[in-house]
Amino acid sequence: MKSRGWALVAGLLVAAIVFPLYWAVIASFTPESRLFASPTLVPRALVLDHYRALFGGRDFWTPIRNSLIVAGATTVVSVLLGAVCAYALARLRFRGKALALAFVLAVSMFPQISIVSPLYLLLRELHLLNTYTGLVLPYLTFAMPLAIWLLVGFFRQLPPELEEAGLMDGAGRLRTLWEIILPLSGPGLATTAILTFLYSWNEFLFALSFTLGPERYTVPVAITLFRGQYQVPWGQILAAAVVATAPVAAIVLVAQRRIIAGLTSGAVKG
Amino acid sequence: MASITLNQVSKVYPNGQVAVRDLTLEIAAGELLVLLGPSGSGKSTVLRLIAGLETLTAGHILIDGHDVTHVSPQRRDLAMVFQSYALYPHKSVRENMAFGLRVRHVDPARVDARVRATAATLGIEPLLDRKPAQLSGGQRQRVALGRAIVREPKAFLLDEPLSNLDPILRVGTRAELALLHRRLAATMVYVTHDQEEAMTLGTRVAVMRDGIVEQVAPALEVFRQPANVFVAGFVGSPAMNLWPCTCNRVGDGLRVVSPAFSSELKGIGVAGSDGRDIRVGVRPHDIDLVPKGEADGVGRVEIVEPLGPMTLIHLRVDGLQHEFVRVVVAGDTGIEVGDQASFRVRRDRLHLFDGKTGRLLIQSHV
Repeated sequence: MKSRGWALVAGLLVAAIVFPLYWAVIASFTPESRLFASPTLVPRALVLDHYRALFGGRDFWTPIRNSLIVAGATTVVSVLLGAVCAYALARLRFRGKALALAFVLAVSMFPQISIVSPLYLLLRELHLLNTYTGLVLPYLTFAMPLAIWLLVGFFRQLPPELEEAGLMDGAGRLRTLWEIILPLSGPGLATTAILTFLYSWNEFLFALSFTLGPERYTVPVAITLFRGQYQVPWGQILAAAVVATAPVAAIVLVAQRRIIAGLTSGAVKG
Repeated sequence: MASITLNQVSKVYPNGQVAVRDLTLEIAAGELLVLLGPSGSGKSTVLRLIAGLETLTAGHILIDGHDVTHVSPQRRDLAMVFQSYALYPHKSVRENMAFGLRVRHVDPARVDARVRATAATLGIEPLLDRKPAQLSGGQRQRVALGRAIVREPKAFLLDEPLSNLDPILRVGTRAELALLHRRLAATMVYVTHDQEEAMTLGTRVAVMRDGIVEQVAPALEVFRQPANVFVAGFVGSPAMNLWPCTCNRVGDGLRVVSPAFSSELKGIGVAGSDGRDIRVGVRPHDIDLVPKGEADGVGRVEIVEPLGPMTLIHLRVDGLQHEFVRVVVAGDTGIEVGDQASFRVRRDRLHLFDGKTGRLLIQSHV
């Protein structure tokens, strides 16, 4: 009786999480005329109208490309630089290490809205508005702390003897990091890369503020600007949402095992 | 091969814990020095200081006369075998062994030749393409040794390399290590808490306690002439009997009175030992079971531990409250718990220690 009750609760929870997704996907295939007609759980007709409009009429490829470039570059830079920083913070002995870590965390805690204006002025001075660099650099302000904190935790739980063996073998710190630590940090690096990519892919405020035209809009910005003066094209917005979610969902599904290993590793000594 | 000198080396951790205290040690080229001590005695720290993996608080370390105190570990050209082996899990055995040579930009053909030759001497040639996870404990241990040997370093540092092996394998590998040391004529510093390993392997043994070297001497000398109570009690198995006693000068000799036995020792004298607080030490195999008439004392057998060729018995003796008199007898004596046993201490095998400082005052043999 008890277990049946729990199953019911679990089922309701899953339904609550999955239903909006399901609804968005179904709606994105429903003709505009029927969207506001009496809704049914099982659709009567599926059409590709919204997707055609998305890629034919609106050129949704451009924001997808922009998002891929910006999120990809942010991920690569923050994982590479973050790994070096995190290794130093995890293993080297130097003064003010705890302070440095706290500082890194503090940087990521600024409310974004409070730094948008100064960043805007700064980027304008540097002529970086409406460029990819002008987005990647601000993105690093939240991506780097995330990467550093995740990787510090991960590096700390690798056995220190491995690095000591590397040092005794005559390899310097960087060589040890490159040849011994990083190859063993697959799960940690994957987790970090995926989380960084997710944040960058979904980021909205910076992207809205620092891009000036459709040629540089990222996916979230482009979707927001679908809404016209007199109408909101719900079908297309939902189709765009599905398109924007699909690659991320695919990556996460593929890398799921590694993410879970990465997130929980260090919790229990293995 | 290089000599290693530690000159008044100290290591204090930031939390104030003193790991090594003012330690001076000379390790000759080609010598196998064993650092022996209980856990927490600072022996591993000494090894890590020599390796450069720990920075020392005071003192100097010299390799072949060159001061390397501030030289980073990768430039000291020493090889270390870790207790956990620390093989690179993502590299094959071949790559594990070749790594140190590749880092030093040795020509690839020579790297390959040296890896093969080393693998052949250790009998791990068939394993070269395996990953560490596919190896047994003994095989991993060999690979760790191979990784050290292939580099032909100035000296080898071994941190309890046999402690993760099962007993049979341990004894076998111990013998191989001794052979290897002889063949390579290499300087080795070997850390262990196993006195049997220390005795069988070491050219010399340094017994450590609380960051201090209590005695450095050839293995047998540490056993026969322990410098103090700690070394006497730590080295040798079964452990030495140590009893409190009083000493009084009688003519040209010494009268030793302890709860377990009393005796007059002729012809030896200890300056100022009169009536002093003394500890007397006798190894269990230096006590014999004898007929009652010749005995020093009688005890009740409380514990019988057959060790195969011999048997260790623990005797309860009046006057010795918290300790047993431990005696080693032949394996076939047929002695049983509850028996009364009369024993006699060999007069020429006594060690007398100062009760306060623990230092050796005199021993009745030599």
